[in-house]
Amino acid sequence: MIRRSFLAGCTAIATLAAMPSAGPAAAAADTVKVGVLLPLSGPFSQYGRQMQNGIALFLKQHGTSVAGKTIELVVKDDGGIAPDRARRAVQDLIVRDKVDVLAGFTFTASAMAAAPMAKEARKAMIVMNASSSGITAASPYMIRVGQTLPQITEPAGRYAAGQGFRSIYTVVADVTAGHDAEAAFIRGVEAGGGKVSGSLRVPAQNPDFAPFVQRIKDAKPDAVFAWLPPGEAAIGFIKEFDQRGLAAQGITMLGTGDLTDELTIMQTGDAGLGVVTTGHYSMAHPSAMNTEFVASYLADYPQDKWPNFLSVSAYDGMAALYLGLEKTGGDASGPALAGALAGASFESPRGPIRIDAATRDIVQTVYVRKVERVGERLMNVEIHEFPESRDTAAAH
Amino acid sequence: MNALPGLLFDGLAYGSLLFLVSIGLSITMGLMNFINLAHGAFAMIGGYASVWFSHRFGMPFLATLPLAFAVAGLAGLIAERVLFRHLYRASHLDQVLFTVGFVFSSIAAATYLFGSAQQSVSLPAALQGQVQVMGVDLGRYRLFLIGAVVVLSAGLGLLMTRTRFGAQVRAAVDNRDAAEGLGLNVGLVFSLCFGLGTGMAGLGGALGVEVLGLDPGFALKYMVYFLLVVVVGGAGTLSGPLVASMLLGVCDVAGKYYLPQAGAFIIYVLMIVLLLAFPKGLGLGRPSLSRLPLSILVRRRA
Amino acid sequence: MTDATVVTPRAAAPEPAAIARLASPRPRAFELFVWLLPAAAYFLFPDHLALGVTIMTYAVAVLGLDLVLGYAGIVSLGHAAFFGIGAYTAGLLAVHGWREPLSGLLAAGAVALVAGFVSSFLVVRGKDLTRLMVTLGIGLVVYEIANQASAVTGGVDGLSGIGMDPILGLFAFDFYGRTAWWYAYAVCLAVFVYLRFVVSSPYGLSLAAIREGSARMPALGASVDGRLRIAFTFSAGIAGIAGGLLAQTTQFVGVDALSVTRAADFLVMLVLGGSGRLYGALIGTALFMIAREYLADLNPVYWEFWMGAMLMAAVLFARGGIVGALFRLPALRGRFGRGSR
Repeated sequence: MIRRSFLAGCTAIATLAAMPSAGPAAAAADTVKVGVLLPLSGPFSQYGRQMQNGIALFLKQHGTSVAGKTIELVVKDDGGIAPDRARRAVQDLIVRDKVDVLAGFTFTASAMAAAPMAKEARKAMIVMNASSSGITAASPYMIRVGQTLPQITEPAGRYAAGQGFRSIYTVVADVTAGHDAEAAFIRGVEAGGGKVSGSLRVPAQNPDFAPFVQRIKDAKPDAVFAWLPPGEAAIGFIKEFDQRGLAAQGITMLGTGDLTDELTIMQTGDAGLGVVTTGHYSMAHPSAMNTEFVASYLADYPQDKWPNFLSVSAYDGMAALYLGLEKTGGDASGPALAGALAGASFESPRGPIRIDAATRDIVQTVYVRKVERVGERLMNVEIHEFPESRDTAAAH
Repeated sequence: MNALPGLLFDGLAYGSLLFLVSIGLSITMGLMNFINLAHGAFAMIGGYASVWFSHRFGMPFLATLPLAFAVAGLAGLIAERVLFRHLYRASHLDQVLFTVGFVFSSIAAATYLFGSAQQSVSLPAALQGQVQVMGVDLGRYRLFLIGAVVVLSAGLGLLMTRTRFGAQVRAAVDNRDAAEGLGLNVGLVFSLCFGLGTGMAGLGGALGVEVLGLDPGFALKYMVYFLLVVVVGGAGTLSGPLVASMLLGVCDVAGKYYLPQAGAFIIYVLMIVLLLAFPKGLGLGRPSLSRLPLSILVRRRA
Repeated sequence: MTDATVVTPRAAAPEPAAIARLASPRPRAFELFVWLLPAAAYFLFPDHLALGVTIMTYAVAVLGLDLVLGYAGIVSLGHAAFFGIGAYTAGLLAVHGWREPLSGLLAAGAVALVAGFVSSFLVVRGKDLTRLMVTLGIGLVVYEIANQASAVTGGVDGLSGIGMDPILGLFAFDFYGRTAWWYAYAVCLAVFVYLRFVVSSPYGLSLAAIREGSARMPALGASVDGRLRIAFTFSAGIAGIAGGLLAQTTQFVGVDALSVTRAADFLVMLVLGGSGRLYGALIGTALFMIAREYLADLNPVYWEFWMGAMLMAAVLFARGGIVGALFRLPALRGRFGRGSR
């Protein structure tokens, strides 16, 4: 009895509480509020920093008004891979800050935790980096402008298969992304008629790579494909590979673009020379747009050193938002923006990119690059390209 | 080719690294009975000092090492006089909370001062690459780390057992009141001892940058490893952490080589087993096999 | 499991008056007021419901930690393991079609309870630092298992697609988190009341006695290890309920639910509020989460600096946690001091 009346009381209270905030009121008609969720503190704050710079650079170059609207940013920190914080932040952005569009999403977990809310509130979600396969299916208003892991990994396999390596090893961090990269690489190699002779999974937090690198050295493959979390793991692996003389022994290191992103090779120094990776952005990409992008970035953010794929993806996320708003005449609702951007294509510092009409996922050229010394710096020099690359795992 | 000698060497080198980054904690936490989770913050200060001096003034890596010790030691000395001094008589939980707070603040401060990017040191050519000794490839930097352990542990051992300062520290730690009664300036001894511990942390941090990397998260990221070495070894001793770090290093490297799939588990499982077998630490305790989990199966409850 | 019966409160048992006064589970008037505060917050800050749900969810886990740390004196850095086990249990049940929330929550608690029971044999051995490291080791091992089994758990990408049925078939989970809020409030209150009975039972008092001097307890004929194991087991079960609550209210489980950082957060929240006091767990959690949210909104990059400064200041000026310091104020000690433990 008591319980029932208590519950009845709760319902009454809940209904009352629903009254004052009867739904997210639309923001002032002439502004478009963009809620940006980035890891600005914690172990991945470097990512957030790069992306924040990319966004700021775009706004500086293109102004804050588009299609008669003023763009206003609300930036929130999710502290890294913390989906419950990301979800709460997105709920706050929608309910309290009444944003029109969501952007950022560095990690798949954050994007996936936020997706149901964005879907229910019908807000467009511009995913700038989260890269697990097929995540755009989680909400019909999600648009991805960064990259997908299979998209940049499978070409590495196909390239390796074409190089006449007799034996290829894979080394991946034992996390979801590592498992996905391993599968995509093997798929690529097999699509090219080759075979992977051995696979190694290493702990994601691993202070010393000596035993694993020694194992590879003893196995004497012709090439090694590596996927490791950027930061000290990637740097540590590349250094140990060099210190143990594997490159000198004729073993080629392959990887995805994040293994040798601009910030990583800055720290590895010459140990990074000769590593071949497949990725969507290199600071050395020869195009007028990229030259200008790099020059403005270096001028504005000298303390953050060089722009990498994260800054470019964030820059392009803003470009996509502006393009979408222009097409919709300023309508920032999820269905309108997603509809306008599906099938859209535009020029990015990385080269031409396109949003797939059906999946709202990124379609782009994936470049094969080799780390070489260009003047004073190490650069990812593009040596081959795979145009029109897609999120292959989702297509299967 | 037999992989074992090479693995043994790599394991000892990894153990040396663990020892070097953790030994300062054995002084501050073990000797002084202060739960110092801020150890990583001082190691980070040493790391940044080494990187800063070499980038700013072009100093060679080896010359920055004493500076890393000095800067971190000084920072520890000041922090002790201003903050930590008030906590010696606080509960361990309060010490945990305080030092965790210190770590949070130091992470943000490091981000503000140095940015969130990874930093690296440039080793002299003599410490790069490998050298072949009796058919085994030995990393030069790894040899250097092992040498550093020999020198530093001998030096610390002599300092604690053969010098006046060492005697004062031991007296102050054993019985603070009695030492004070004998006219010893215990406050000063504790400050110097804390400074020594944080200085060692800084030196370890600087030596670790090449392998562990350095970013503001350093203060937190490797805390598990610092605690592991000191608690498994037995806080407050020199030999305990030395034995523990070498054992953990060799087992971890060999385990990862032969059983890569289990790589992430080896060090943690080994830690649990060692802690149950030697609850007081390798340096102090006798093996108490009855404490191993298996004994539950055979021993009746009293 | 015969020991478990000790846990049930025996209110009718004849006890000396002093003990009854020390440890009565009966609520006092000010406590009803305290429990109305969150309800007031619900109406005053309708835009902050998500934060409220999170605070009450974590508060459940921190209450569980308080049983083992504050009352039994075992420092655990492994409670995220049980929290995460509960979260994955509730999450996986829902993903595979069992969407009834209450039974899912109980299942989360039950699985964590079993895990806690198994771990308890390792934990009760050794002293403070050893226990801290053993629990930490358990946490790390469980984390790695969940991380490597990404086909089941989703690994770092997380487990999504958790849909819940309405609670009791009546209250559907809504976008604003209103149902989730009352759900979390009810669970938090239920766990609090349960723990209140536990800590004021003879068993709860015997835990305090062990904490104060474990050498004397065997002399009284009490099994120290057995009692500590029970405390750890139930504490793990409560952490599992908290994890289940997290999975059900956020409809997502990430492997970070198992991380050492999460376990350290729990410990910090408890010590900040004051361990050994159930209200300490509640106040510490609320203060920590609100401060973090507020500071991170103020300055998303450097908020950790101020958070750290706040923790250090708390230790320097409020030794023994916020609630501990409050009860040392003479005015309060006289009035509310009794039964504060």
